[in-house]
Amino acid sequence: MTSSDRIKLYPAKPEKVYFFATCLVDIIYPEAGLSGIELLEHAGIEVIYPADQTCCGQPPYSSGYINESRAVATKQLALFPEPWPIVVPAGSCAGMIHRHYPELFAGTPLAEQAEQIARRTWELTDFLVNVCHLQLQDRGQPRRVALHTSCTARREMGAADAGPALLRQLQQVELVEQARPTECCGFGGTFAVRHAEVSGAMVEDKLQALEDSGAEHFVTTDCGCLMNIDGHAEHKGSPVRGQHILSFLKERCL
Amino acid sequence: MSSQEAVRHFHPRARDALNNPRIRQNFRRAMDGLMQKRATALQDHDTEALRDLGAAIRQRALSQLPDLLEQLEANCTRNGIQVHWAQDGDQACQIITDICQQQGARSVIKGKSMVSEEMELNHHLAEVGITALESDLGEYIVQLAEETPSHIIMPAIHKNTEEISELLHDKTGTQRSQDVDYLTASARAQMRQAFQRADVGLSGANFAIAETGTLCLVENEGNGRMSTTVPPCHIAVTGIEKVVQHLADVPPLLSLLTRSATGQHITTYLNMITGPRKAEEQDGPQAVHLVLVDNGRSDIYQDDQLLDTLRCIRCGACMNHCPVYTRVGGHTYGTTYPGPIGKILMPHLLGLEDTRDLPSASSLCGACGEVCPVRIPIPELLVRLRREAVDGDSSRPSVVRGHGVKRHWTEVGVWRAWAWLNSHPRCYRAALRLVMALRFLSPRRLGGWTRYRKAPRPAARSLHQHLLQRNRSSS
Ligand code: SF4
Repeated sequence: MTSSDRIKLYPAKPEKVYFFATCLVDIIYPEAGLSGIELLEHAGIEVIYPADQTCCGQPPYSSGYINESRAVATKQLALFPEPWPIVVPAGSCAGMIHRHYPELFAGTPLAEQAEQIARRTWELTDFLVNVCHLQLQDRGQPRRVALHTSCTARREMGAADAGPALLRQLQQVELVEQARPTECCGFGGTFAVRHAEVSGAMVEDKLQALEDSGAEHFVTTDCGCLMNIDGHAEHKGSPVRGQHILSFLKERCL
Repeated sequence: MSSQEAVRHFHPRARDALNNPRIRQNFRRAMDGLMQKRATALQDHDTEALRDLGAAIRQRALSQLPDLLEQLEANCTRNGIQVHWAQDGDQACQIITDICQQQGARSVIKGKSMVSEEMELNHHLAEVGITALESDLGEYIVQLAEETPSHIIMPAIHKNTEEISELLHDKTGTQRSQDVDYLTASARAQMRQAFQRADVGLSGANFAIAETGTLCLVENEGNGRMSTTVPPCHIAVTGIEKVVQHLADVPPLLSLLTRSATGQHITTYLNMITGPRKAEEQDGPQAVHLVLVDNGRSDIYQDDQLLDTLRCIRCGACMNHCPVYTRVGGHTYGTTYPGPIGKILMPHLLGLEDTRDLPSASSLCGACGEVCPVRIPIPELLVRLRREAVDGDSSRPSVVRGHGVKRHWTEVGVWRAWAWLNSHPRCYRAALRLVMALRFLSPRRLGGWTRYRKAPRPAARSLHQHLLQRNRSSS
């Protein structure tokens, strides 16, 4: 990546998008996916959900099993025949498609298709802010909230500004500052299992920072981080619990 | 303990470090400070453009590495610098020992050199009765404590002032003090004599300029200048990848190096060494040697992706920003180079057998890649090494020693089954329905995960099912 790669060219607001929900949303947090779909519809976009989607292939990819990853990713490539944008409610899966599919398929007959799909893939909060220009009306109670932006939304998708931009639209929500906001929560997929102690120390620190921020509640842009931080909050019995940012926005505004 | 044995036990050492509040605090504080300094130092710069330039300079140098090394040798020789080539650390130690013995040397004063750490030079010299004294303050502290550096720029960063004061008191009789200036002055006084007595000065080199045959040494304490000018013989030892093509390549790299490393706009000293003392000159060493060490680097060079590893200018920013390094500290890695750069470099120097736990010791958060001044895609290289470790890519031959060391049939089986399921959507959906129907049976304990967290529970219905129902009710 060079500095000019960081300048994103957003498409005009389309009539339709493909929704790639990710496996964690499908299995653990379906309400985050539903909320994302409803927010897109609220913005006047028709959402197409290819029923045969499973997983982007990131877990084996980052564990080194590239052939297994490619096998699953190949199936996903076939799901998006029309030229519509593909929106993903998670930076890590969006990043997998957008940043890693080109490398995964380089030198194969699917290389061009992978490139093309990678270019069309957007992280959902980024898409809502910069393509849909979503306007939100807050109907909720006053709330102090902290945001944890996933490392992949931040670094692979360059979407770190989108979450705050959405939350700042909510009149009754105070977005509070936290210590070391850009630091990883320690999830990292199999890292949390292979290096459980280090990952555990990271999530302890992350939750501590969120608690110390004075927030009553935190939201995240990725289900992986949510499962990690909120799982720790539940384990610890912390009063500060988390939610996917999409669920939070939907609850308050739709 | 030899370095090889030391590397293997990442997990128990990580556990110890995590349970050591002093280590946790010392690293957290220091890394927070360094991150802040870097950010401030780069405020008035177009950081991304400068990083582009840095990356391009290093890439160009590597793209013509063999030619540039020949050019460097020719120009150094013309300048009176004697150039030596070492295949590995042992050979480099032998070359240096030979030079010392030819000089009849009993003592060597050392400026900071990570390559000399890599080849355990002090140990080799001691075996033939030559004492080596570290003159970089951090290295000096580490040497007194009989430890190894825990950071490539700040070797003693794992110690706080109190610990250093205690150490100096025990080893040199310095009065206990919390005054950093006092402690520094006392160490300086000890070194001053050593500089005058030393028969050989040894240093590293940050850049070696091919077109002029010049060695650049970047430092803050002046000990580098002393080591390279006071003793009658100077030996510089560095890795073959440190070569750059032009003199004009140095200023941007230097800007990046000092800002990324310590947040300085410029270091106190920049030494540019272009040969021994000339006939009409009053001072400087009579002989200058350059030892260029390969030690696995040319293996990395064979692979067009792994090659990026060699761009490194050893600024340490990747470790300063690494959430893993910040928590476990440098010694946990058990390698000369710790942190993210260590994780991508050490497997080549030592082989994956001994470094098998390093590539996986990352959440792939990308903080390292984001700050690397020469844009080494560290997370991508970690993934590549994980692939090497599990032999996960059938399409290319491996250049990494210990390829496939972590391949285990159960894991392979799990991923194959996973891939099959996720490639067959109907089966995936059926499996999901089953998991959800039996969600009350979902395990409450999941290895290391549930030591810190509640186990995730499948939802009552998948998104697929929700949407199916939604479609039905709307049609
Ligand atoms: S890898 Fe990059 S950030 Fe790390 S030490 Fe090398 S140059 Fe610095």
